[in-house]
Amino acid sequence: MSTADLTAQYYDLNEHDHPEGGSTQLGFWIYLMSDCLIFAMLFAAFGVLGANYAAGPGPKDLFELPLVAVNTAMLLFSSITYGFAMIEMQRGRVGGVKFWLVVTALFGAAFLSIEMYEFSHLIADGATPQRSAFLSSFFTLVGTHGLHVTFGLVWLGVLLVQLSQHGLIEANRRRLLCLSMFWHFLDLVWVGVFTFVYLMGTLR
Amino acid sequence: MRAVMFTKPSRRLRAALVLPLGLLLTGCDWVVLNPAGDIARQQANLVVVSTALMLLIIVPVMALTGLFAWRYRATNTAAAYEPDWDHSTKLELVIWSAPLAIIIALGSITWLATHLLDPYRPLTRIDATHAVAPGTRPIDVEVVALDWKWLFIYPEQNIATVNELVLPEGRPVRFRITSSTVMNSFYVPALAGQIYAMPGMETKLHAVFNQTGTFNGLSANFSGPGFSHMHFVTRSVTGQGFDAWVAGVRKAGAGLDRATYLALDKPSEQVPVIHYANVAPDLFDAVVNMCVRPGKLCSGEMAAIDAKGGTGKSGLLNVAALTYDKQGHEQVVSSNPGFADASLRRFVRDWCADNRPLRAAVARDAAPLLVRSRPLS
Amino acid sequence: MTNPDQTWSPLLGRLSLDAIPYHEPILVATFAGVAVGGIALLGVLTYYRLWGYLWKNWFTSVDHKKIGIMYMVLGLVMFLRGFADALLMRTQQAVAFNGNDGFLPAHHYDQVFTAHGVIMIFFVAMPFVTGLMNFVVPLQIGARDVSFPFLNNFSFWMTTAGAVLVMASLFIGEFAQTGWLAYPPLSGLAYSPGVGVDYYIWALQIAGVGTTLSGINLIATIVKLRAPGMTMMRMPVFTWTALCTNVLIVASFPVLTAVLAMLSLDRYVGTDFFTNDFGGSPMMYVNLIWIWGHPEVYILILPIFGVFSEVTSTFSGKRLFGYTSMVYATVVITVLSYLVWLHHFFTMGSGASVNSFFGITTMVISIPTGAKMFNWLFTMYRGRIRYELPMMWTVAFMFTFVIGGMTGVMLAVPPADFVLHNSLFLIAHFHNVIIGGVVFGTFAAMNYWWPKAFGFKLEPFWGKVSFWCWVPGFWLAFAPLYVMGLMGVTRRMRVFDDPSLQPYFIVAALGAGLIACGIGAMLVQFAVSILHREALRDETGDPWGGRTLEWSTSSPPPEYNFAFTPIIHDLDAWAEMKSQGVARPLEGFRPIHMPRSTGAGVILAGISMVFGFAMIWHIWWLAGASLAALLMTAIAHTFNYDRSYHIPADVVARTEAERTRQLALTEGA
Repeated sequence: MSTADLTAQYYDLNEHDHPEGGSTQLGFWIYLMSDCLIFAMLFAAFGVLGANYAAGPGPKDLFELPLVAVNTAMLLFSSITYGFAMIEMQRGRVGGVKFWLVVTALFGAAFLSIEMYEFSHLIADGATPQRSAFLSSFFTLVGTHGLHVTFGLVWLGVLLVQLSQHGLIEANRRRLLCLSMFWHFLDLVWVGVFTFVYLMGTLR
Repeated sequence: MRAVMFTKPSRRLRAALVLPLGLLLTGCDWVVLNPAGDIARQQANLVVVSTALMLLIIVPVMALTGLFAWRYRATNTAAAYEPDWDHSTKLELVIWSAPLAIIIALGSITWLATHLLDPYRPLTRIDATHAVAPGTRPIDVEVVALDWKWLFIYPEQNIATVNELVLPEGRPVRFRITSSTVMNSFYVPALAGQIYAMPGMETKLHAVFNQTGTFNGLSANFSGPGFSHMHFVTRSVTGQGFDAWVAGVRKAGAGLDRATYLALDKPSEQVPVIHYANVAPDLFDAVVNMCVRPGKLCSGEMAAIDAKGGTGKSGLLNVAALTYDKQGHEQVVSSNPGFADASLRRFVRDWCADNRPLRAAVARDAAPLLVRSRPLS
Repeated sequence: MTNPDQTWSPLLGRLSLDAIPYHEPILVATFAGVAVGGIALLGVLTYYRLWGYLWKNWFTSVDHKKIGIMYMVLGLVMFLRGFADALLMRTQQAVAFNGNDGFLPAHHYDQVFTAHGVIMIFFVAMPFVTGLMNFVVPLQIGARDVSFPFLNNFSFWMTTAGAVLVMASLFIGEFAQTGWLAYPPLSGLAYSPGVGVDYYIWALQIAGVGTTLSGINLIATIVKLRAPGMTMMRMPVFTWTALCTNVLIVASFPVLTAVLAMLSLDRYVGTDFFTNDFGGSPMMYVNLIWIWGHPEVYILILPIFGVFSEVTSTFSGKRLFGYTSMVYATVVITVLSYLVWLHHFFTMGSGASVNSFFGITTMVISIPTGAKMFNWLFTMYRGRIRYELPMMWTVAFMFTFVIGGMTGVMLAVPPADFVLHNSLFLIAHFHNVIIGGVVFGTFAAMNYWWPKAFGFKLEPFWGKVSFWCWVPGFWLAFAPLYVMGLMGVTRRMRVFDDPSLQPYFIVAALGAGLIACGIGAMLVQFAVSILHREALRDETGDPWGGRTLEWSTSSPPPEYNFAFTPIIHDLDAWAEMKSQGVARPLEGFRPIHMPRSTGAGVILAGISMVFGFAMIWHIWWLAGASLAALLMTAIAHTFNYDRSYHIPADVVARTEAERTRQLALTEGA
């Protein structure tokens, strides 16, 4: 084998640029898993402390399932509408993407509003996070989820501006994809919250 | 030159290191390896046995390391050199199975010993040759870690001491251990291994002294600025000596009522030995339940209420009766009573009384707690 | 000292002149020293107009090699601080006998041992291993940078921001007085009302963000950016250990984040997670923090195992023995490290079955670890071992670490742990594995990869002086601690009553002194090497006869690492290329796509630091403002789409031609 052939065998002489962001999706997945672990810890804390009412009220006294059910529906709808936005992205229609993102944001904002309504009522009644370990872990778990949704909304707003500026360029598609994973992830976490905190709490 | 520099001082240095260590070994009293209590003795034996087991593999490894490091030095061109040799199934088998064998042996020992020496397990033997005689009643000692001293309550003798633990030789002891503020660890190396003393929780320890003598006891877990002085004298005495000591404490000591306890609970350091004759009934249970202070709801009662699903929104304002040290430890000991007054207590009783299985459970697990529903003196 | 009843002002929060410890002579002297040194450093930087250079070429650089080096510098600086704490403790314990209270009051001493632990783990060992992985991994897998170069820069500066907060606590306020894991209730508001625990929380939270992101980054890098042909089972062992370590980081640091968040809610909001009353559970904290804490020690040691594997194989001139079993051992350790956390608190009254389960899982870890030890041993077998400094540290490690491993297994037997827990025996054990493992390994790695990073070798004489101070110094410092542990002496004690213990503490202090000489010699080694760098220069790029890809490029490597991405056919890729006589390609260079430097990382981390400081001191307006600034800056950064550029082909050609010329010179010589 000639020297040149040998070199060609051991070095990629016709290398092309690696597309930028080739690792983004994997990286974002790993990030989501680490975030999932934070939620796992908060769930664990709720599992340990969730029955320590400190001679105060328990879930049955505090939670209004119909309200939470409406809230859950808001978030689930927002996931569906985000899905529509992604379909529009596949079709390359920036207007459609933006429309569905706005719808998603509205559902997300509705979810947050209902959650804040619930929190403010609890606090006004005196069921504050300070009252018992149960309430501490409840507010922290649900509040952390709410904080994530808030962050998702901010991100969504920023993306809307960036879509208007640059359209569906590769970088923006990547960002839409990441936000979509984030949004569905929050949806999944909420399913856990709804089941373990609200449903099992009130049925227990 | 490099190899020379590596090996020669190594031998000299190692000799220089080993020599003083050997001297230290002979001249000292290593209480952990040479304790005065049967439990600590068995634990020490376990330390020695596990060391010996591991040396079975450590010594060959170190010898081989030394041998290979020397033999295959680059300057020794006489030694074999096989740069591409990187696998041997037989060797792999050995290097995985040899440690595995040791760990199987040590693991079995661990399983047995952990169960036999479980601090919660009542003693079955006084020492290697004497079983505990049937019908022997262990002596009870209730231990409270305070900032930064130790309170020992002898419920049967109705006495209590601070920073002095006296035990009769040859008689099983049953410790109930808790803490008033932060985590400590109750440790008398000559007697038995340690166990944590934690606020609002109770841990147990069973042990026995086999010799008389004076030993050191201490907190093994850092607990704040006064921690370094948080040790106590432990004396193992004969049965008669113990009775005489109890009588002496009774005669000389003042009473330990709840007010005295609360005063004692204030942080202090380097507290001299104190003796108390009369101890308020159920003081230890009240400490564990964080309800020594008048007007506080005991945590056991709280747990019983919680097991019933809480008290609903009506319980939201019932905060002062629950506050123990959340607002700072000073709040615990200053006079700031909650409002767990007679009506609240009646409420608690009623709340917990309408359910028979629950009442049975409370009676079983938290009997002392409900006793404290009586008006406090 | 921070007064718990201090007043709060809207402008400065809890911060006031009282927070400056001007009445503590040790701190004042330290501050004076740091101030004089700092001003001198700033003066020199300004005089030689180095600010622009540092900002452009280092602080804002996204080059993984430079970030790796900056991590090492951070680790080294914090190492000096952490070691100063160690010297203070050793001195205090050597004199505080017979009613002598020593020179450190409890308030100061308790901060010293807390800071020592926190600094050594989070701001020394972590930067060291992260720095090594950052520098080496992309080179070893034939990549041009990490997957997310900006994130890498940001991670580094977040770690630094955490370190700066810890350092600030020295002169403004106080650090935690709780021990390095800050167990509640002691770390709760009731028993630690001052700013100490808040410094602890925010330093770790901010640094933790950096660590987690860097973990994500390196996993993605290793999974996605390996050179063609490098299958998982052709990855160098160091890269394997780095992969496992970063999996551990990503799967454990969020736990720390969550548990510290709960602790801060207890302290800031008044929640009841870890309080004694209102149904809180302090033991939950202990469980959660160790669910992070035990994997953490493997995060530190696994990459170091990788270092020893590379060093042993290189300096024995042999392929690594049992590569496959080495990889499996690493993976097994990774998994098992999550199943042992309870062994840190056997003495908290778990039942016998729980205790023995965790005891046995702990022992099981020693099987793969033992297998690794044997693999190194049989790598040396029938080798040609050159005792350069990295190999000396490796052999010292092998002798030291087995003892640490043995005492570790002893502590894993629950009833034995009952008598050894919290004792100086435990202290000796974990210093035995951390110094004998992580520190020795870091030194091996520094000596090994220094020529790759800077283009010249480290000077061996002073390195050997350092070695011969460190190794005996370590045993002198910690053998007495093993002994005193068996005498029932426990940790974190400030004063002692039993005068017969004093000789042991004096010996330990002498050992610490010898280690201090070792550190001094190492600093001299660096200085001498830099002065004599021309004589020590490595023109070949492969000074040790290396076996992995990083040695195939020049020392220091060009910004783009590899002009052409290598194609992998064997485990020891570079060794194979050498044996095949593969020639470097000398023409046909193409433009190379590279990430652009950015100041966003420094700025974001700086704002985070201000936010942390404001939270610590309850300066709410500043906290709000900095949080808003943080969000705005982060959002603004996402509007920057122009994050990469091409190195033109002729620049690559010139760089490679220079290398060709150098190689020809060395071959001619």
